[in-house]
Amino acid sequence: MRLKKIKLSSFISKEWLSHFGKTLKYSLYVIFHPFDGFWDLTHEKRGSVGAANFLVFLFLMLNILKLQFTSFLVRNINLNRINMWVEIASVIAPILLWCVSNWSFTTLMDGKGRLKEVYMGTAYALTPMIIIGYPNMILSNFLTIEEITFYTFFDTLGMIWFVALVLAAMMMIHDYSLTKTVFSSILTIVGMAVIVFILVVFFSLISDGIAYFVSIYQEIQFRFY
Amino acid sequence: MRKIKKFGSLLAATAIAVSGIFSFPSAAVYADDASTTYSYTYDIWGDVQSSPDAYRATKHISGDMFEFEDAEGKTVAKNFVEPQGQFIRGNHIFVCDTGNNRIVEIAYDGKEYKGVRQITEFTDKNGEALTLNKPYDIYVTENYEMIISDYGNERVLHVDKDCNVIKIMTTPAVTPFNDPVDARVFQPQKLIMDTAGRIYVQAEKINKGLLEFDTRGEFTQYVGASPVKFNMVDYIWRFFMTEKQIEAQPRFVPTEYNNVAIDSEGFMYVTMSVYDDNDFLTANPVRRLNSTGSDILVRNGNDPPCGDLKWDNAGGYNGPSRFYDVVTFDNNSYCTIDQTRGRIFAYDFQGNLLYAFGGIGNRLGYFRKPVAIDRMGDSLFVLDGQYSNITVFELTEFGTLINKALREYQNADYDKSAEYWNDVLRLNGNYDLAYIGVGRALLRQDKFAEAMEYFKAKRDRRNYSKAFEQYRKEQIEDHIGDFVKALIVILVGIWLIKKVRKIQKEVRECD
Repeated sequence: MRLKKIKLSSFISKEWLSHFGKTLKYSLYVIFHPFDGFWDLTHEKRGSVGAANFLVFLFLMLNILKLQFTSFLVRNINLNRINMWVEIASVIAPILLWCVSNWSFTTLMDGKGRLKEVYMGTAYALTPMIIIGYPNMILSNFLTIEEITFYTFFDTLGMIWFVALVLAAMMMIHDYSLTKTVFSSILTIVGMAVIVFILVVFFSLISDGIAYFVSIYQEIQFRFY
Repeated sequence: MRKIKKFGSLLAATAIAVSGIFSFPSAAVYADDASTTYSYTYDIWGDVQSSPDAYRATKHISGDMFEFEDAEGKTVAKNFVEPQGQFIRGNHIFVCDTGNNRIVEIAYDGKEYKGVRQITEFTDKNGEALTLNKPYDIYVTENYEMIISDYGNERVLHVDKDCNVIKIMTTPAVTPFNDPVDARVFQPQKLIMDTAGRIYVQAEKINKGLLEFDTRGEFTQYVGASPVKFNMVDYIWRFFMTEKQIEAQPRFVPTEYNNVAIDSEGFMYVTMSVYDDNDFLTANPVRRLNSTGSDILVRNGNDPPCGDLKWDNAGGYNGPSRFYDVVTFDNNSYCTIDQTRGRIFAYDFQGNLLYAFGGIGNRLGYFRKPVAIDRMGDSLFVLDGQYSNITVFELTEFGTLINKALREYQNADYDKSAEYWNDVLRLNGNYDLAYIGVGRALLRQDKFAEAMEYFKAKRDRRNYSKAFEQYRKEQIEDHIGDFVKALIVILVGIWLIKKVRKIQKEVRECD
């Protein structure tokens, strides 16, 4: 049997790669020029879902690597009790919930953005957390207990930057005013809670339903067996 | 062939591993059949780590081992009936046989326990005889004067060696004893005497602290009332309540103590057991009081000294540990006794849990309702109020090593201490304090990298940080020359490249 030599280019075209590179590099522009940046991100198609996925992946990797490689002076974690799936879910789930919840509310509130665009905006806003997070993780291993303030400072800086960028992104993508953005963001967070609640209710309902049929089956089985 | 070889080596490795497992328990730990391994500690994550025994139960002492003459002159050996208190002075054990209204003095001569006398009667200054009614606790001074809390007769007796009354402390004329509406009965339970001859009494249902009596037997003051704890939510609710509703609410009152002990430095240790199940970490059930009555117990351990951190509903024994007595050692360690699960918890002077052992059961080394713990030298004597006997615990090699290591540490001989900690590690590889002790010695010997390893293993953040700071400094000092050299090379390199570029440019322009 003759095996074809598999080339990377047969999966990923050169054009796609250069577009991906360009859109990924655009995230660096966005974080310093949020208003222009997020406007052009969707309206001028200077961002891509591929780059957004990659940013989310980098953020996920950061959160996983932090478990192992942050100094225990900063985060004292019992690695024996870490469940990797829970850790992954705790990063991915809030991002997806935010996007879905935000899109659900903004479609009712004259938001111009589509789900894809909301996702892209949120993912691009993660950039400062990624850029600060990786060096900060390494830095933490060179700090004594008194110097942890530096770590906390950079960590908080990244967070604040992220929140500001998300707000800017929502403003530009939905073409909102600042007050409307803040209002819709609060609603979004409430919506996230509602979605989680419904999921939990749904889950318990389904499991109760299954248990019901299982017990019926068992009753019948006991009778005839 | 290669496969067989591989299999062979695997087999050999397994054999070594297995033999390692079976040969590991060193002969010193399991030297006798009586040894059990029901001791444990909590690690940094709050998980139970089983440990070799630091104390081993060796003997039961019960009341019927001792014969005394009764009132009719007959020799009888009576069992204890619900004994509540004991005290050990020298090699004499004084047991308050509460149910039989007597005090039994037992002497230990190094081999055997012998009954010395039973005390039922005292002669007061007028030559009249006084008897006991439910004696609850006893304190014996160095010249064998006895202070007895005569619970049923609502008084505290101070008598000399030959049972002649020196003074009697009766109901003090203060609240809540002289309350015209709801006068409380003076029911003294546990007591101690300090070095100045003042007597401190813990009385039933009194939450103002301990009653202090001066050398003349006069009541002077309450000492060391437990601070009142507020519940914020309840406090806010009170603003919206009527007077009647507030009256119906439980009041914010300080909790009452249930026992008192005195340590070698003259500080009082008190225990208390009335607190909400969920507050066990903040309730401070064992306290060390100074002369003004404030709590000065050191709580530098991973968790405060509160007994068990985790439990499940095992046979109905649920909830946090409830301490009922405490005994102190000369090195400021102390043991507390818990009635929930019948366990003894030993803490060092910093509040680290050294070991915990015991349980509810009917074997040697288990209790039903431990009420008092005292020590004779290093041996522990635990009085059980329902089995009505005393269990004797003796220190094992493991416990001795821990005590030695702690003593050297307190004498600031860290290297010697580390030697003992290494011996402890040989017997128990899960003993967190030993790792930190060894790390501390390494730190003092300027072996920073090794010290860091030891501290990191047991997540001692503060010490790790100290070692790391030194290590970092050392590394920077060692390599600063290399840094400077590298920097110079880079700078010269950049300068050279620029120079070359410039020349190239000039050459090009010339062309």
